[in-house]
Amino acid sequence: RTLTVREAINAALDEEVARDEKVFIIGEEVANYQGAYKVTKGLVQKHGPNRIVDTPISEMGFAGIAVGAAMYGLRPVVEFMTMNFAMQAIDQIINGAAKIRYMSNGDLDTPIVFRGLNGPAAAVAAQHSQCFAAWYSSCPGLITISPYDVEDARGLLKAAIRDPNPVVFLENEIMYNVQFTVDDAVMDKDFVLPIGKAKVMREGTDVTIVSFSKPVKYCLEAAELLAKEGISCEVINLRTIRPLDRKAIVDSVKKTHRLVTVEEGWPQCGVGSEICALMMESSAFDFLDAPVERVAGLDIPLAYAPNLEAMSLPNAQHVANAVRKTLKGHK
Amino acid sequence: TINLEGYQTKMLDGFKLPTQSTATKEELLKLYKDMNVMRKIELACDKLYKQREIRGFCHLYDGQEAVISGIEAACNLEDAIITAYRCHCHAYTRGDTPHQIIAELMGRKTGSTGGKGGSMHFYRKKTHFYGGHGIVGAQVPMGAGLAFALKYEKKPNVSITMYGDGAANQGQIAEAANMAGLWNLPCLFVCENNLYGMGTSTARASHNTDFYTRGDKIPGIRMDGNNYFHVKEGFKFAKQYALEHGPLFIELRTYRYHGHSMSDSGTTYRTQEEIKEFRQKKDCIQFIANTILQNNFATQEQLEAIQDETREIVDKAVEQALKDPLPDDHELCTDVYINNDKYYIRGIEYEQGYFPEGKPY
Repeated sequence: RTLTVREAINAALDEEVARDEKVFIIGEEVANYQGAYKVTKGLVQKHGPNRIVDTPISEMGFAGIAVGAAMYGLRPVVEFMTMNFAMQAIDQIINGAAKIRYMSNGDLDTPIVFRGLNGPAAAVAAQHSQCFAAWYSSCPGLITISPYDVEDARGLLKAAIRDPNPVVFLENEIMYNVQFTVDDAVMDKDFVLPIGKAKVMREGTDVTIVSFSKPVKYCLEAAELLAKEGISCEVINLRTIRPLDRKAIVDSVKKTHRLVTVEEGWPQCGVGSEICALMMESSAFDFLDAPVERVAGLDIPLAYAPNLEAMSLPNAQHVANAVRKTLKGHK
Repeated sequence: TINLEGYQTKMLDGFKLPTQSTATKEELLKLYKDMNVMRKIELACDKLYKQREIRGFCHLYDGQEAVISGIEAACNLEDAIITAYRCHCHAYTRGDTPHQIIAELMGRKTGSTGGKGGSMHFYRKKTHFYGGHGIVGAQVPMGAGLAFALKYEKKPNVSITMYGDGAANQGQIAEAANMAGLWNLPCLFVCENNLYGMGTSTARASHNTDFYTRGDKIPGIRMDGNNYFHVKEGFKFAKQYALEHGPLFIELRTYRYHGHSMSDSGTTYRTQEEIKEFRQKKDCIQFIANTILQNNFATQEQLEAIQDETREIVDKAVEQALKDPLPDDHELCTDVYINNDKYYIRGIEYEQGYFPEGKPY
């Protein structure tokens, strides 16, 4: 069956709200307007305004209300119109949701999903174009997930809603309209993917490419391109940024001896930086035959003009260049 | 001379509010021209968006022109102004040309911010226009900060801090208002109430929909945002009040004809009849035209000539912008910092980065 990432998220939300009466959706324009990006389309008609709750534009307020409701025992799914607006509420997410269990010595839980679109979209300029994966994944107590395709979106969102921990779920606007074909198992109402497990999207022997969210596509395109040059790439889709699937990365590097990381976020203290640190700290170090290459979003606030925007974001060509660099003199 | 309907006020007993407004022929004819330019800029943007010459977000101001026109008539370019993302016409009244505005929306080198900002990010410091902000409500404390600086520097000016009815429910507005009140800042907290925050009517989003009363101990006024004269005289009063007594909350009732942005048809949460009624009975530009005609300041033919003139101005701006180049590639990494060339900027790939040392380490 073929469906879009938007439909996958919509169906996952619909089924989880139906499955557990403690689950409710709260956010701006999620009900009557059918979602600012139509992700919650049809849900209020089906489940009513007690379960699908429209809020005013008050990010910090409704994020805090979700934390309070979760402490009492509900399971809020908080939609931020975009994760850029979640910055208005970041204290509630980090100082609230992420730390309460620890501070209360295990007494209080905050089973919340904070979800919304993340990363650069198209032509929305600096204040609406940034990846928060590295920011949230830096915080202990939070789980950070960023799906790529339909399977990821559906299986991981269900897992996130069912997980007792607070989860930040980073979607991508450009992926919403992308269609994928999936088998029946994915459409099962209890299809849940494990949090903290990466997926090998393509097996290979010469180099490991690690990415998440939309750039996984560029990695797969680069792998296809490089195969024609006789280079075999293993592409890993992280799916979860924290807990990071260290084993999947280390095991793959032990096989390929080379590593490229790819993300749209800024390079400094990025997800790629963390993976480089993993290479230094783990048993993978002795297996590396070349320095790790990082491909990341350009180190600037994103410009609006189409040519400048295009020059700021990674594509398959950048990934292929980085791979070739790790293999310089060998292939 | 025009008689004004009364203002709704909070905690302003004892203050004499304006009851009349006067305007000269020259003022009204210039106003009519400017408001038409604004409307035509927005309609041109709508068309260019549909032709895919403008991308991304695009929030149009048509319907609300009397608000900014009335404010500017009462204030001057030394008074600071800051608003959110519905800012094309604010850029115009602060001195950007229609060509610069349209070119910016098309991401051209000749645009107001050289193609870097786009629809939501216009600025013009020399005429004290401070943006152009994309995060709902976040501009309001900044506006109080502009007022802080004006008071600090002992300027005879105020900060016109604008936000929509949707943004009115952001907590930082209450925070900013509290400090503005504590410190007597010359800050006008101006809520442009166009009745809908995106697709949500004020009644569904706000427990208290009397936005002029929401300053707690700060007084407030509600003005008719479709009536230039009401806004102009109201702001003359407000500016004087703020300079003498401190902050004031102002609500301007207005209406946007377009949806919230280009992805919003604007018709799912309000009726076609409602939009039609506003267009036919309360249109702020038609109101000026009627005033001009009633006072025999111009004939219908002369007004039509002004229409033609403004159409030509905007058409030419569009034509020029379409021919203009995109920004130069070397602009990509400029203005990240002051003294930009002293800073390392990492490339998408390491060796493509900017190295202040001249070459990669």
